[in-house]
Amino acid sequence: MNLATKDIRYNFGRFALTTVGVGMLLMVVMGMGGIYRGLIEDATLLIDRIGTDLWVVQRDTRGPFAEISRVPSSLVHRTLSVPGVQLAREFVYHTVQRERNGKPLRISVLGLSWPTDKGKWIPLTAGRHLAQSHYEMIADESLGMPLGEKITLGKETYTVVGITSSMISASGDGIGFFSVADAQAIQFDVPGEAVRLERAARESRGNRIDLTSIQPSLLDNAVRPAAELPQIPRPQASAVMVTVVPGTSVQQVADIISAWGDVSVFSRSGQRDLLLMGNVEKVKRQIGLFRILLTVIAGVIMALILYTSTLDKIHSIALLKLIGASNLTILGLILQQALLLGSLGFGVAYLLGSQMFPNFPRRVILTDYDLWQLAGIVFAISIASSLLGIWKAMKVSPNEALS
Amino acid sequence: MTESSTQPLAIETKQLTKIYGSGNTEVVAMQDASMQVKQGEVVALLGPSGSGKSTFLTAVGLINPPTTGQVIISGQRVLEGPNAYGNLRTFRRQHIGFIFQKSNLIPFLTALENVQIALQLNGETPVASRSRSLELMDYLGIADRVNNLPSALSGGQQQRVAIARALANRPSVILADEPTAALDSHRGRQVMELFSQVAHEQSAGVIVVTHDQRSLDVFDTIYEMEDGKMQRQKQNSSSKNAQ
Repeated sequence: MNLATKDIRYNFGRFALTTVGVGMLLMVVMGMGGIYRGLIEDATLLIDRIGTDLWVVQRDTRGPFAEISRVPSSLVHRTLSVPGVQLAREFVYHTVQRERNGKPLRISVLGLSWPTDKGKWIPLTAGRHLAQSHYEMIADESLGMPLGEKITLGKETYTVVGITSSMISASGDGIGFFSVADAQAIQFDVPGEAVRLERAARESRGNRIDLTSIQPSLLDNAVRPAAELPQIPRPQASAVMVTVVPGTSVQQVADIISAWGDVSVFSRSGQRDLLLMGNVEKVKRQIGLFRILLTVIAGVIMALILYTSTLDKIHSIALLKLIGASNLTILGLILQQALLLGSLGFGVAYLLGSQMFPNFPRRVILTDYDLWQLAGIVFAISIASSLLGIWKAMKVSPNEALS
Repeated sequence: MTESSTQPLAIETKQLTKIYGSGNTEVVAMQDASMQVKQGEVVALLGPSGSGKSTFLTAVGLINPPTTGQVIISGQRVLEGPNAYGNLRTFRRQHIGFIFQKSNLIPFLTALENVQIALQLNGETPVASRSRSLELMDYLGIADRVNNLPSALSGGQQQRVAIARALANRPSVILADEPTAALDSHRGRQVMELFSQVAHEQSAGVIVVTHDQRSLDVFDTIYEMEDGKMQRQKQNSSSKNAQ
């Protein structure tokens, strides 16, 4: 006769409510682990998907994900000249916030090095890849932009031609893919009035130097577009991505490029590690500590539940002892209930979590490893939390059945 | 009476003394209490509250060992003062049946399961324990309530389930502490007669702590306790002859 299940059957309502409560608590613990996994996945997804071998960034920076990096666009041509380099692409990456339907819309703008890179590596759920060098974009579904939607960024209007999924920046914003030229146009866009003021300022500065009195035509340059002035640098990229010829040593190519004085070079795994150890590390530790705290709280709550449940049964336990039940029988009664509470709570956590987590604003990823690990922890805290109840039950005298 | 005098002893206590506390707070709850109960004999233990009846019963029931004295059950010396010979809980399970003033049933088990548990704790299989439990419940007239929880039974029905549980393992000793207190006089007498019947049918020694003066004729022997001391008051030959 299984006393644990008989007792549960008798107090079914209370046990069911307790199980749901424990389950919801475990769901939060499970969710914290899922948030952590989602954070790592989101942070490294772009690096993994782009699949480039080397990242060439501004000297002494850890960019472009960990911090701001600026490299000249001409760096693409320089890297292409290095023996062993198969492909070099500009990487432009920044985040903009606009308003859409009265709500803030944050887009992580990523520039594709058209026509070398048309974004064929981006998995589409609808539409097509970029087919022209301007005014088209591929949007992550989390941005909520349907195919064909037009959005004005800066002075231009872009049409959504493709939809992708799970392309999220490390900060959780959906990524919009544009050509590099468009991404730079969005990044460096300045209002017309600011352009006019800058031109007036140039003219004013020109009037203050002697050279313009000797060569007045120089002042004509002051009112020309910045792109037409060789003295003004071209819009810069965040980094250059390098793919090496198959069979060539990546390290050898990296050594050549890193010898240049203006850039630093990171491998894909190096860039990944920088991202994880920089941006994500503190969040990871914070979530980890929260997870530990919640696990301890779950254990304490379970211990209290099992202890009070044992107190409720203390007369029956004394009676069982009186009629000769062994300590093992009493221990089994409490331990089985603890394990049942833990395992059912875990099941409730998984079922509720599976339904609720997909609706969270950021991805919550439940991996098999994390689920097994949590199952092990729940098993351990079920046993540990039953110890208080077992101690109380072992201490009770059969005499108490007579009172 | 002649037949009874040749029966072996079911219970024998020798000079049981129980002292609580020490020094100025010392209380002698029971002093040199000796009793002999033969197999098939039903003994009443009378006495006012605080006289030491329950202390004696818990000592014989191996729940609350005496400070000094011996408890011998079915010829086996089980307690010598506070020292136990063997596992008391196992001995209790195999040899002693308890019945209390309140029925003391386990609330989350049905009537049948409350009887079965005593058998299964003693190593009976579920099938055998069910069969024996049903047989006992039928014998006690509660066969129609086997699947009811204790909360759905009347006081008398609960007490009969408790009696069935006490008898389940065919104990050599039955200890009852005011078992009829919650029953009306008619039911109370029925229960007392049942003890007498079971004692004789199973050759068990029965000690009943009671205040009920109306059923004393059912008992073979009557003891009385006062201020922790025990006195044999009466040998009831008429009840014995009636069996």
